[in-house]
Amino acid sequence: MIRSFEFRVLKIVFALLLLAVSVAGQAAIETYRFDETSQEESYKKLVAELRCLVCQNQNLADSNAELAHDMRRKTYEMIMAGKTDDEIVDFMVERYGDFVMYKPPVKSTTLLLWFGPLLFLLLAATVVFVFVRKQKQKQPLVSTQQQQQVHKLLDE
Amino acid sequence: MSRILVPLGFLLLMVLFWLMLDRIDEGKYNPRDIPTEFIGKPAPAINVPDLYDPTRMVQTADMKGQVWLFNVWGTWCPECWREHEYLLELSKTVPIIGLNWRDQADESRAMLARLGNPFKQIGFDPQSNVAMDWGVYGAPETFLVDAEGVIRAKHAGAMTPDVWEQKFRTYFEQGQGKP
Repeated sequence: MIRSFEFRVLKIVFALLLLAVSVAGQAAIETYRFDETSQEESYKKLVAELRCLVCQNQNLADSNAELAHDMRRKTYEMIMAGKTDDEIVDFMVERYGDFVMYKPPVKSTTLLLWFGPLLFLLLAATVVFVFVRKQKQKQPLVSTQQQQQVHKLLDE
Repeated sequence: MSRILVPLGFLLLMVLFWLMLDRIDEGKYNPRDIPTEFIGKPAPAINVPDLYDPTRMVQTADMKGQVWLFNVWGTWCPECWREHEYLLELSKTVPIIGLNWRDQADESRAMLARLGNPFKQIGFDPQSNVAMDWGVYGAPETFLVDAEGVIRAKHAGAMTPDVWEQKFRTYFEQGQGKP
Protein backbone atom coordinates (compact mmCIF):
# COMPACT_ATOMS: atom_id res chain seq x y z
CA MET A 1 0.00 0.00 0.00
CA ILE A 2 2.63 2.47 1.13
CA ARG A 3 4.80 1.57 -1.81
CA SER A 4 2.11 2.30 -4.33
CA PHE A 5 1.38 5.65 -2.66
CA GLU A 6 5.03 6.63 -2.83
CA PHE A 7 5.12 5.55 -6.42
CA ARG A 8 2.16 7.77 -7.24
CA VAL A 9 3.81 10.78 -5.57
CA LEU A 10 6.99 10.10 -7.51
CA LYS A 11 5.03 9.97 -10.75
CA ILE A 12 3.39 13.33 -10.04
CA VAL A 13 6.73 14.92 -9.17
CA PHE A 14 8.24 13.53 -12.33
CA ALA A 15 5.38 14.84 -14.46
CA LEU A 16 5.72 18.30 -12.88
CA LEU A 17 9.46 18.30 -13.55
CA LEU A 18 8.89 17.40 -17.18
CA LEU A 19 6.37 20.19 -17.49
CA ALA A 20 8.80 22.68 -15.95
CA VAL A 21 11.56 21.62 -18.31
CA SER A 22 9.35 21.89 -21.39
CA VAL A 23 8.07 25.32 -20.35
CA ALA A 24 11.63 26.52 -19.69
CA GLY A 25 12.71 25.16 -23.07
CA GLN A 26 9.98 27.03 -24.89
CA ALA A 27 10.58 30.27 -23.06
CA ALA A 28 14.18 30.38 -24.26
CA ILE A 29 13.40 30.37 -27.99
CA GLU A 30 12.47 33.79 -29.26
CA THR A 31 9.77 34.40 -31.84
CA TYR A 32 10.22 36.59 -34.88
CA ARG A 33 7.64 38.26 -37.04
CA PHE A 34 7.98 38.13 -40.80
CA ASP A 35 6.28 40.19 -43.49
CA GLU A 36 6.01 37.34 -45.95
CA THR A 37 5.80 33.58 -45.66
CA SER A 38 8.78 33.20 -48.00
CA GLN A 39 10.91 35.02 -45.45
CA GLU A 40 9.74 32.72 -42.69
CA GLU A 41 10.49 29.70 -44.86
CA SER A 42 14.01 31.01 -45.52
CA TYR A 43 14.52 31.54 -41.82
CA LYS A 44 13.35 28.06 -40.91
CA LYS A 45 15.52 26.51 -43.60
CA LEU A 46 18.62 28.47 -42.59
CA VAL A 47 18.42 27.86 -38.84
CA ALA A 48 18.02 24.17 -39.57
CA GLU A 49 21.04 24.12 -41.91
CA LEU A 50 23.42 26.23 -39.88
CA ARG A 51 25.32 24.74 -37.00
CA CYS A 52 25.75 26.24 -33.55
CA LEU A 53 29.47 26.56 -32.80
CA VAL A 54 29.13 26.23 -29.05
CA CYS A 55 27.11 23.04 -28.81
CA GLN A 56 28.61 21.61 -31.92
CA ASN A 57 26.15 18.83 -32.56
CA GLN A 58 23.12 21.08 -32.73
CA ASN A 59 21.81 23.35 -35.41
CA LEU A 60 20.77 26.93 -34.72
CA ALA A 61 17.13 26.00 -34.41
CA ASP A 62 17.73 23.44 -31.67
CA SER A 63 20.44 25.17 -29.72
CA ASN A 64 19.80 27.23 -26.65
CA ALA A 65 23.33 28.65 -26.47
CA GLU A 66 23.69 32.42 -26.48
CA LEU A 67 25.75 32.29 -29.63
CA ALA A 68 22.96 30.39 -31.40
CA HIS A 69 20.59 33.09 -30.19
CA ASP A 70 22.86 35.78 -31.69
CA MET A 71 23.22 33.88 -34.93
CA ARG A 72 19.46 33.42 -35.22
CA ARG A 73 19.01 37.14 -34.68
CA LYS A 74 21.62 37.91 -37.32
CA THR A 75 19.90 35.50 -39.73
CA TYR A 76 16.57 37.20 -39.06
CA GLU A 77 18.03 40.69 -39.52
CA MET A 78 19.66 39.72 -42.79
CA ILE A 79 16.46 38.17 -44.12
CA MET A 80 14.51 41.30 -43.21
CA ALA A 81 17.20 43.39 -44.92
CA GLY A 82 16.40 41.50 -48.11
CA LYS A 83 19.49 39.29 -48.28
CA THR A 84 19.24 36.01 -50.17
CA ASP A 85 19.79 32.64 -48.51
CA ASP A 86 23.14 32.27 -50.26
CA GLU A 87 24.30 35.66 -49.06
CA ILE A 88 23.44 34.75 -45.48
CA VAL A 89 25.21 31.38 -45.67
CA ASP A 90 28.25 33.10 -47.24
CA PHE A 91 28.28 35.62 -44.42
CA MET A 92 28.34 32.83 -41.82
CA VAL A 93 30.93 30.75 -43.71
CA GLU A 94 33.21 33.76 -44.08
CA ARG A 95 33.20 34.11 -40.30
CA TYR A 96 32.87 30.61 -38.94
CA GLY A 97 34.18 28.48 -41.82
CA ASP A 98 32.63 25.50 -43.58
CA PHE A 99 32.10 24.06 -40.14
CA VAL A 100 29.03 26.22 -39.74
CA MET A 101 27.25 24.30 -42.50
CA TYR A 102 25.74 20.93 -41.81
CA LYS A 103 26.20 20.16 -45.50
CA PRO A 104 29.73 21.34 -46.30
CA PRO A 105 30.89 21.78 -49.91
CA VAL A 106 32.95 19.05 -51.56
CA LYS A 107 36.56 20.23 -51.68
CA SER A 108 40.03 18.92 -50.86
CA THR A 109 39.69 19.42 -47.10
CA THR A 110 36.28 17.78 -46.91
CA LEU A 111 36.99 14.83 -49.22
CA LEU A 112 37.51 12.40 -46.35
CA LEU A 113 34.33 13.65 -44.71
CA TRP A 114 32.30 13.02 -47.85
CA PHE A 115 33.88 9.84 -49.12
CA GLY A 116 35.22 8.34 -45.88
CA PRO A 117 32.08 6.25 -45.38
CA LEU A 118 32.42 4.87 -48.92
CA LEU A 119 36.04 4.02 -48.13
CA PHE A 120 34.98 2.10 -45.04
CA LEU A 121 32.27 0.30 -47.01
CA LEU A 122 34.85 -0.83 -49.60
CA LEU A 123 37.19 -1.92 -46.83
CA ALA A 124 34.48 -3.93 -45.11
CA ALA A 125 33.39 -5.48 -48.44
CA THR A 126 36.99 -6.55 -49.16
CA VAL A 127 37.33 -8.13 -45.73
CA VAL A 128 34.06 -10.03 -46.13
CA PHE A 129 35.02 -11.14 -49.66
CA VAL A 130 38.41 -12.49 -48.52
CA PHE A 131 36.86 -14.19 -45.51
CA VAL A 132 34.16 -15.90 -47.55
CA ARG A 133 36.64 -17.13 -50.14
CA LYS A 134 38.87 -18.58 -47.45
CA GLN A 135 35.93 -20.43 -45.93
CA LYS A 136 35.07 -21.96 -49.29
CA GLN A 137 38.57 -23.23 -49.81
CA LYS A 138 38.55 -25.08 -46.49
CA GLN A 139 37.85 -28.82 -46.47
CA PRO A 140 34.22 -29.62 -45.62
CA LEU A 141 33.78 -31.01 -42.12
CA VAL A 142 32.08 -34.15 -43.44
CA SER A 143 33.45 -36.00 -46.46
CA THR A 144 31.11 -37.23 -49.21
CA GLN A 145 31.75 -40.79 -48.14
CA GLN A 146 30.67 -40.01 -44.57
CA GLN A 147 27.62 -38.20 -45.91
CA GLN A 148 26.56 -41.26 -47.88
CA GLN A 149 26.96 -43.35 -44.76
CA VAL A 150 24.72 -40.98 -42.83
CA HIS A 151 22.02 -41.15 -45.49
CA LYS A 152 22.22 -44.90 -45.50
CA LEU A 153 21.84 -45.10 -41.74
CA LEU A 154 18.93 -42.69 -41.75
CA ASP A 155 17.15 -44.59 -44.50
CA GLU A 156 17.29 -47.82 -42.55
CA MET B 1 47.12 -14.31 -40.34
CA SER B 2 43.91 -12.62 -39.12
CA ARG B 3 44.67 -13.92 -35.64
CA ILE B 4 47.57 -11.50 -35.46
CA LEU B 5 46.09 -8.76 -37.64
CA VAL B 6 42.91 -8.15 -35.67
CA PRO B 7 44.52 -7.65 -32.24
CA LEU B 8 47.30 -5.68 -33.91
CA GLY B 9 44.78 -3.35 -35.56
CA PHE B 10 42.98 -2.96 -32.28
CA LEU B 11 46.24 -2.16 -30.51
CA LEU B 12 47.03 0.44 -33.17
CA LEU B 13 43.65 2.10 -32.59
CA MET B 14 44.29 2.11 -28.86
CA VAL B 15 47.68 3.73 -29.30
CA LEU B 16 46.19 6.37 -31.62
CA PHE B 17 43.43 7.06 -29.11
CA TRP B 18 45.94 7.40 -26.31
CA LEU B 19 48.18 9.74 -28.32
CA MET B 20 45.16 11.90 -29.18
CA LEU B 21 44.11 12.15 -25.53
CA ASP B 22 47.66 13.07 -24.68
CA ARG B 23 47.65 15.90 -27.21
CA ILE B 24 44.33 17.18 -25.90
CA ASP B 25 45.70 17.01 -22.37
CA GLU B 26 48.77 19.03 -23.31
CA GLY B 27 46.57 21.59 -25.00
CA LYS B 28 48.10 20.97 -28.43
CA TYR B 29 44.87 19.74 -29.91
CA ASN B 30 41.36 20.95 -29.24
CA PRO B 31 38.68 18.92 -31.01
CA ARG B 32 36.23 21.79 -30.60
CA ASP B 33 38.60 24.26 -32.20
CA ILE B 34 37.31 25.74 -35.43
CA PRO B 35 39.83 26.79 -38.06
CA THR B 36 39.71 30.55 -38.52
CA GLU B 37 38.81 31.68 -41.96
CA PHE B 38 40.08 35.13 -41.12
CA ILE B 39 43.83 34.47 -40.99
CA GLY B 40 45.41 36.49 -43.78
CA LYS B 41 42.28 38.56 -44.36
CA PRO B 42 41.66 42.18 -43.45
CA ALA B 43 40.28 42.60 -39.94
CA PRO B 44 36.61 43.64 -39.89
CA ALA B 45 36.18 47.29 -39.02
CA ILE B 46 35.28 48.06 -35.44
CA ASN B 47 33.17 51.03 -34.58
CA VAL B 48 31.64 50.57 -31.14
CA PRO B 49 31.05 52.76 -28.11
CA ASP B 50 33.82 52.93 -25.52
CA LEU B 51 33.14 51.03 -22.29
CA TYR B 52 34.09 54.06 -20.20
CA ASP B 53 32.59 56.76 -22.39
CA PRO B 54 29.64 55.70 -24.59
CA THR B 55 29.82 58.95 -26.56
CA ARG B 56 33.32 58.02 -27.79
CA MET B 57 33.78 55.36 -30.47
CA VAL B 58 36.50 52.71 -30.48
CA GLN B 59 37.74 52.29 -34.04
CA THR B 60 40.15 49.89 -35.73
CA ALA B 61 41.28 52.68 -38.01
CA ASP B 62 43.06 54.26 -35.03
CA MET B 63 45.45 51.30 -34.90
CA LYS B 64 46.71 51.50 -38.50
CA GLY B 65 50.49 51.15 -38.65
CA GLN B 66 50.74 49.17 -35.44
CA VAL B 67 50.76 45.50 -34.59
CA TRP B 68 48.13 44.96 -31.95
CA LEU B 69 46.07 42.38 -30.12
CA PHE B 70 42.31 42.27 -30.07
CA ASN B 71 41.00 40.50 -26.99
CA VAL B 72 37.36 39.50 -26.58
CA TRP B 73 36.33 39.05 -22.96
CA GLY B 74 33.50 39.24 -20.47
CA THR B 75 33.15 39.16 -16.70
CA TRP B 76 30.99 36.04 -17.11
CA CYS B 77 33.84 34.02 -18.58
CA PRO B 78 36.07 32.18 -16.09
CA GLU B 79 38.99 31.81 -18.50
CA CYS B 80 39.03 35.60 -18.92
CA TRP B 81 39.68 36.03 -15.22
CA ARG B 82 42.41 33.43 -15.47
CA GLU B 83 44.22 35.14 -18.34
CA HIS B 84 43.83 38.64 -16.94
CA GLU B 85 47.10 38.73 -15.06
CA TYR B 86 49.06 37.66 -18.10
CA LEU B 87 47.30 40.25 -20.27
CA LEU B 88 48.40 42.90 -17.78
CA GLU B 89 51.97 41.76 -18.21
CA LEU B 90 51.68 41.68 -22.01
CA SER B 91 50.17 45.15 -22.06
CA LYS B 92 53.49 46.60 -20.91
CA THR B 93 54.96 45.87 -24.35
CA VAL B 94 51.98 45.20 -26.63
CA PRO B 95 48.96 47.35 -27.43
CA ILE B 96 45.77 45.45 -26.62
CA ILE B 97 42.32 46.56 -27.65
CA GLY B 98 39.58 44.89 -25.66
CA LEU B 99 36.05 44.00 -26.61
CA ASN B 100 33.72 43.67 -23.67
CA TRP B 101 31.29 41.10 -25.01
CA ARG B 102 27.72 40.38 -23.91
CA ASP B 103 28.28 42.01 -20.57
CA GLN B 104 27.10 44.64 -18.07
CA ALA B 105 29.11 47.86 -18.33
CA ASP B 106 29.21 48.55 -14.58
CA GLU B 107 30.30 45.01 -13.71
CA SER B 108 33.04 45.11 -16.33
CA ARG B 109 34.36 48.42 -15.10
CA ALA B 110 34.32 47.05 -11.53
CA MET B 111 36.38 44.03 -12.60
CA LEU B 112 38.98 46.24 -14.28
CA ALA B 113 39.07 48.60 -11.30
CA ARG B 114 39.86 45.66 -9.06
CA LEU B 115 42.31 43.69 -11.24
CA GLY B 116 43.83 46.45 -13.35
CA ASN B 117 43.19 47.40 -16.97
CA PRO B 118 45.42 45.87 -19.66
CA PHE B 119 43.53 47.51 -22.53
CA LYS B 120 44.38 50.68 -24.40
CA GLN B 121 40.74 50.98 -25.40
CA ILE B 122 37.71 48.85 -24.74
CA GLY B 123 34.73 48.51 -27.02
CA PHE B 124 31.39 47.71 -25.41
CA ASP B 125 29.45 45.07 -27.33
CA PRO B 126 26.43 43.78 -25.38
CA GLN B 127 24.55 42.85 -28.59
CA SER B 128 27.34 40.72 -30.12
CA ASN B 129 27.51 42.91 -33.23
CA VAL B 130 31.30 43.17 -33.34
CA ALA B 131 31.81 39.69 -31.93
CA MET B 132 29.76 38.20 -34.76
CA ASP B 133 31.59 40.28 -37.32
CA TRP B 134 34.86 38.77 -36.12
CA GLY B 135 33.50 35.22 -36.08
CA VAL B 136 33.94 34.95 -32.32
CA TYR B 137 32.27 31.85 -30.89
CA GLY B 138 33.53 31.89 -27.32
CA ALA B 139 35.48 33.94 -24.85
CA PRO B 140 38.27 34.69 -24.43
CA GLU B 141 39.50 34.96 -27.99
CA THR B 142 42.59 36.87 -29.02
CA PHE B 143 43.43 38.07 -32.54
CA LEU B 144 46.66 39.56 -33.82
CA VAL B 145 46.29 42.35 -36.36
CA ASP B 146 49.33 43.58 -38.28
CA ALA B 147 50.30 47.08 -39.36
CA GLU B 148 48.28 46.75 -42.57
CA GLY B 149 45.19 45.73 -40.68
CA VAL B 150 45.38 42.05 -41.63
CA ILE B 151 44.61 39.30 -39.10
CA ARG B 152 47.71 37.14 -38.70
CA ALA B 153 46.92 34.89 -35.76
CA LYS B 154 44.10 33.89 -33.48
CA HIS B 155 43.76 31.98 -30.28
CA ALA B 156 40.52 30.69 -28.74
CA GLY B 157 40.97 30.25 -25.01
CA ALA B 158 43.06 31.86 -22.31
CA MET B 159 46.27 33.64 -23.27
CA THR B 160 49.29 32.03 -21.61
CA PRO B 161 53.06 32.42 -21.98
CA ASP B 162 53.07 29.17 -24.01
CA VAL B 163 50.40 30.40 -26.42
CA TRP B 164 52.17 33.71 -26.74
CA GLU B 165 55.42 31.94 -27.54
CA GLN B 166 53.86 29.59 -30.09
CA LYS B 167 51.39 31.78 -31.91
CA PHE B 168 52.13 35.47 -31.36
CA ARG B 169 55.61 36.49 -30.28
CA THR B 170 57.38 36.27 -33.65
CA TYR B 171 54.96 38.74 -35.23
CA PHE B 172 56.00 41.43 -32.80
CA GLU B 173 59.73 40.82 -33.16
CA GLN B 174 59.59 41.63 -36.86
CA GLY B 175 57.85 44.88 -36.07
CA GLN B 176 55.65 44.86 -39.12
CA GLY B 177 53.56 41.92 -38.03
CA LYS B 178 54.96 39.51 -40.56
CA PRO B 179 56.42 36.19 -39.45
